[in-house]
Amino acid sequence: MSKIKLATTWLDGCAGCHMSLLDVDEGILALLEVADIVYGPLVDIKQYPEGVDVALVEGAASSEEDVELLHTIRERTRIVVALGDCAVTSNVPSMRNQFGVGAIMRRAYFENADAQAQQPADGVPALLSQARPIHSVIKVDYFLPGCPPSAALILQALTELCAGRLTEPGPLARFG
Amino acid sequence: MRTITIAPVTRIEGHAKITLHLDEQGRVDDARMHVTQVRGFEKFCEGRPYYEMPSLMARICGICPISHLLASAKACDALMAVRIPPAAARLRRAVHMAQFIQSHALSFFHLSSPDLLLGMDADPAIRNIVGVVQAHPELAKAGIGLRRYGQQVIEWLAGDRVHPSWIVPGGVNAPLTPAVQARIMEGLPEAKAVIQQTLDLFKSILDRFEDEIANFGHFPSLYMGLVDPRGRLELYDGGLRFMDAQGAIMHDHVPSEDYRQYIGEAVESWSYLKLPYYKPMGYPDGLYRVGPMARLNVADSCGTPAADVELTEYRQRVGRIGESSFLFHYARLIEALYAAEKLNELIGEEAALDPRVRAEARPNSPEGIGIAEAPRGTLIHHYRIDEQGLITWANLIIATGNNNLAINRSIKQVAQRYVDSERLTEGMLNRVEAVVRAYDPCLSCSTHAVGQMPLRIELHAADGRLLDTLSRDGA
Repeated sequence: MSKIKLATTWLDGCAGCHMSLLDVDEGILALLEVADIVYGPLVDIKQYPEGVDVALVEGAASSEEDVELLHTIRERTRIVVALGDCAVTSNVPSMRNQFGVGAIMRRAYFENADAQAQQPADGVPALLSQARPIHSVIKVDYFLPGCPPSAALILQALTELCAGRLTEPGPLARFG
Repeated sequence: MRTITIAPVTRIEGHAKITLHLDEQGRVDDARMHVTQVRGFEKFCEGRPYYEMPSLMARICGICPISHLLASAKACDALMAVRIPPAAARLRRAVHMAQFIQSHALSFFHLSSPDLLLGMDADPAIRNIVGVVQAHPELAKAGIGLRRYGQQVIEWLAGDRVHPSWIVPGGVNAPLTPAVQARIMEGLPEAKAVIQQTLDLFKSILDRFEDEIANFGHFPSLYMGLVDPRGRLELYDGGLRFMDAQGAIMHDHVPSEDYRQYIGEAVESWSYLKLPYYKPMGYPDGLYRVGPMARLNVADSCGTPAADVELTEYRQRVGRIGESSFLFHYARLIEALYAAEKLNELIGEEAALDPRVRAEARPNSPEGIGIAEAPRGTLIHHYRIDEQGLITWANLIIATGNNNLAINRSIKQVAQRYVDSERLTEGMLNRVEAVVRAYDPCLSCSTHAVGQMPLRIELHAADGRLLDTLSRDGA
């Protein structure tokens, strides 16, 4: 049987879901028997490849680059998984929505700056007016809630997906 | 002006891109690390009750949430104007040591060992932790096991590995049990042995990297870190020490309340990550470094036996002041050893089981500042509250942010040494990324970045004509 092509990425999140993925500990070695990591922060492949079987997406969609990447992922991936509460509901990143982008920028780059106060705009992407859950941008096939989802839940889901099954995540899945 | 872009920088915690700016002769004239997202924690915490801050601020970073929990809880202790019980401080320190073990293991084994063990020029398709598992299975398993131990100690003490809710304003919310104490102590000898073996391995290959040591951010700078009242390495409390490039102490035991006298924050148009600087020298001259190498520079000693033996050898090899950021890798392993020894001391003693672990109080002060050493450097949380204890303002200076000026200086040095714009190779660009990895930057922390763009390097002539293209992808 050929190996599953697995991609992972994070958008507007804290990397905690990726840490939870690593928290499968030695289980990662067994996972690597059935899956190749073809894209993600742990490997040096820079371009999202074609023909990905499963993509784990952590974090909310928060900038124009996030939206672009999500569309690329959707086009090139069979099963897209929203990994964790930020991807599923936009969670903590969405706390900025009520203030607006202008207020966020004023605090960071004007009020809390001692030199050269200015708005960064050169080679950095514009923020969306709202941080959004990823299913509001692309179709999502599978949702794994949690802040972060437990390592046991991630391992169970990946094991099932690698075996070609899309089953209910069951009692391991919970928000928060 | 021609530009080379490396995007995204991989095997770092977060995403960034690097641009190399070439002069008319095709030589690297300048280099910049662009951090491409801002999240807004300093603003959106407004209106929330202060006691939510540790849990909320932990969501800045899932890699070192314990650092944010600690700096935030310390700022909240100050808002409450309480001195937390000794056992609470001890347990906070203990969980911090566990975090240093797991985070330093992640940096060394998962992120940087592919460069160090497989080579800077190794095939990018295998130059990752999977490649290390295949080439050095025992070492890779030991590294995964070491990270697991650090994470397990966090879980046993605090309830969860990522974003636990155990660290609270006033202390921690549950005392240590004898069962957890026994479990932690049981795993320590192996963890310590793995760290010692890794240190021995690192020292045995250090000579191979003479050229990298000479060029990976090798320049004089200021250094900053916490020290204890006796001038030793300190990660949780203590005062700030500033040291100059020659090793002279400029300011010592600076209390956290005074940080703004010494540290300013500058903004550049090309990055969402601000650039802190040493205020008396102005921007950008006030470049300072934080993190493992800086901490070993500013500290007189570690204060634990095995780490001090290693520190003595380190100073024999590199001199009293480490100047090359390549040495962050070396210093990180010495700190991991220190953390294991310190964990033993903190958890092994009877006082760790004291059930009094939390001070209760209303908010009693309008302003609170908490400083801790995160694995990547000094971390500052600063809050103001209203009469009801609701947050009205916050300022955060994040460990990696402190190194932002130094990282930019370092990538310029590496690019000028290794990048030949006429004959670009992937390995040249990987070295530029590798010096960033030496700092183990946590960009999730810093502002959090995005931008998973394909690496496609285009060389344009001054008239805009495309001269050369190089891409790195999975094919």
